[in-house]
Amino acid sequence: MAAAPILEVESLNVAIPVPAGTLHPVQEVGFRVTRGHTLAIVGESGCGKSLTSLALMNLLPPRAARTAGRLALDGQDLLGLSEREMADIRGNRMSMIFQEPMTSLNPAYTVGDQLVEAERRHRRTSVTAARDRAVWLLEKVGMTGAGERLRQYPHQLSGGLRQRVMIAMALMCDPDLIIADEPTTALDVTIQAQILHLLADLQREFETGLILITHDLGVVARLCDRVAVMYAGQIVEEGTARQIFRTPAHPYTRGLLDCIPIPGKTRRGAHLGTIPGIVPSLVGSMPGCHFADRCPHASGACRSGPIAFRDGAGPGHRYRCVLSLPSGPARPDPAP
Amino acid sequence: MSGAALIEAREVSCTFTVSGGFMKEKRRLQAVSRVSLRIEPGEVMALVGESGCGKTTLAKMMMGLIAPSEGTIEIGGRPLASLPRMEIARSVQPIFQDPYSSLNPRRSVGSIVTQPLRVQKDPDPETWRRRAEEMMEFVGLPQRLFNHYPGQLSGGQRQRVAIARALVNRPRMVICDEPTSALDVSVQSQILNLMQDLRSELGLTYLLISHNLAAVEHMASRVAVMYLGRIVEEAKTGRLFDSPCHPYSEALLGSVLTPDPTLGIPDTQLGTSYPNPLDVPPGCSFHPRCAKAMPGCSVRAPRRVPAPGGGAVACHLHDEGAALDTVS
Repeated sequence: MAAAPILEVESLNVAIPVPAGTLHPVQEVGFRVTRGHTLAIVGESGCGKSLTSLALMNLLPPRAARTAGRLALDGQDLLGLSEREMADIRGNRMSMIFQEPMTSLNPAYTVGDQLVEAERRHRRTSVTAARDRAVWLLEKVGMTGAGERLRQYPHQLSGGLRQRVMIAMALMCDPDLIIADEPTTALDVTIQAQILHLLADLQREFETGLILITHDLGVVARLCDRVAVMYAGQIVEEGTARQIFRTPAHPYTRGLLDCIPIPGKTRRGAHLGTIPGIVPSLVGSMPGCHFADRCPHASGACRSGPIAFRDGAGPGHRYRCVLSLPSGPARPDPAP
Repeated sequence: MSGAALIEAREVSCTFTVSGGFMKEKRRLQAVSRVSLRIEPGEVMALVGESGCGKTTLAKMMMGLIAPSEGTIEIGGRPLASLPRMEIARSVQPIFQDPYSSLNPRRSVGSIVTQPLRVQKDPDPETWRRRAEEMMEFVGLPQRLFNHYPGQLSGGQRQRVAIARALVNRPRMVICDEPTSALDVSVQSQILNLMQDLRSELGLTYLLISHNLAAVEHMASRVAVMYLGRIVEEAKTGRLFDSPCHPYSEALLGSVLTPDPTLGIPDTQLGTSYPNPLDVPPGCSFHPRCAKAMPGCSVRAPRRVPAPGGGAVACHLHDEGAALDTVS
């Protein structure tokens, strides 16, 4: 992983004023994404993963304030850009795929119009050239009769096909980075597998950086190179997929992995692990570990001040906890 | 397969009439076609399949909410069509997917949980509150929430309210339609654990409808795989997950992403997308997507035959009689 990062994020914070004070849904988030690699941001609802992606694209609601130590795309600083300059980058060098393709495609325009617009907004290409690229990309994303599809409206397509259109649209300008926010959550498992397969193939072919935002640990394990686990606004653990799934270090990550039944490992019908308690409110300041109230290992040290990252099991593995690394793998490999 | 079934569907079909568009002829959509399913007391029967395959329609017929267009459903040996609605509701209760929309936001938790007792005109109104509180405690809801409203509860607590409401009348069977898919991972496991505990303590029988195949494998004793309104395979959970017989079951189970970082994304080879249920392919309705389709598959619909290893499957690959026909 010596390659230069396509995206660098350091100390990203989001603050939203609410009647009760200030809400801090994203706190001190930092990561890097390399060209051709996938970073998963995984966590439960309300952990700040979607707001993180909106903050990267500068698409936060107007009331929300974004601050960051550094936010750079391929070395270019994004923090000082005006809205106009950012609009030239959005959809061009950084594009986004949303969860529900029906609400993110315009129902009043044909698929072709929307794909062509995506390119013509940023490039001086002729309509014909843009149309050719749209057909080529629709074929790339596995749609049959691509020429015909251009004349169709979003409602005429199934959920899986709409998501393919969204992916094609995200690729129209050959972006450096794609952010996919729960791209397959609304789809059936069979279609999910096809769409993820496609994303992985295209990403390899186009050498794009990919940030995948999801709560599905199966998707994370199968598709992603690196994983950042978020809890209550913070990254609590970061590492390679293998490190996170084989030697998880943070009690939250370990708890989360125990919650899901794993065929061949969890005994059928046995009790699954649970994480008692609820997510803390992120209004106001919270000095210690955000997970302390639900953590089985919490002590006084956890609540006294900010928790720094510790090094995990291998290079690039870090976790935000006062505990030293738990010994032995949490999930032993199945017998070979 | 001995003893009386708790609930049994015999060759049930359900056809809806849908508008074909302005000035166009109405079309018939066969949501469920000739499905037979037998659920024994104490079982956890799971129904799996892609959206639109008829799982929910079949479940609604089993609750008496939709009358089958053909075929019969029996509860404890008595035809469902002849039973009064109140009596069906006493033995079969649902739990729905989204606890945000299945609870009335203007009613307190106590009022929601006692409602089935009120509706059933339970003879001892003075015991209602106590029984509701007992049931709340049983499902892990603190009694102080009795006067709270759904809007004050978390997703997991709401689903517990829905479970308490379903169980307060002590039904024999609970139909769970995607009971955990609207919940977070850490809450899902709590609800699944609760469902297991309630089953053994109250002697419940579940019909579990779910997209989450890992949860199905964990919870169910038997699984029926549906495709375009038909059950294509049915077997004990272990047999189905270890060695699926129908090519569709194989593809469906193969597309489950277990959290194993050494494996990649599986190639389901399902090719084209789910067919339009208004325009069901002839013969075996799965043949256009089937990697093992044979010439006869597009002509003749497969029969339901005993599957190797137990259960039943509807596929020409496993029907020796049909294979001989193809050769000749």
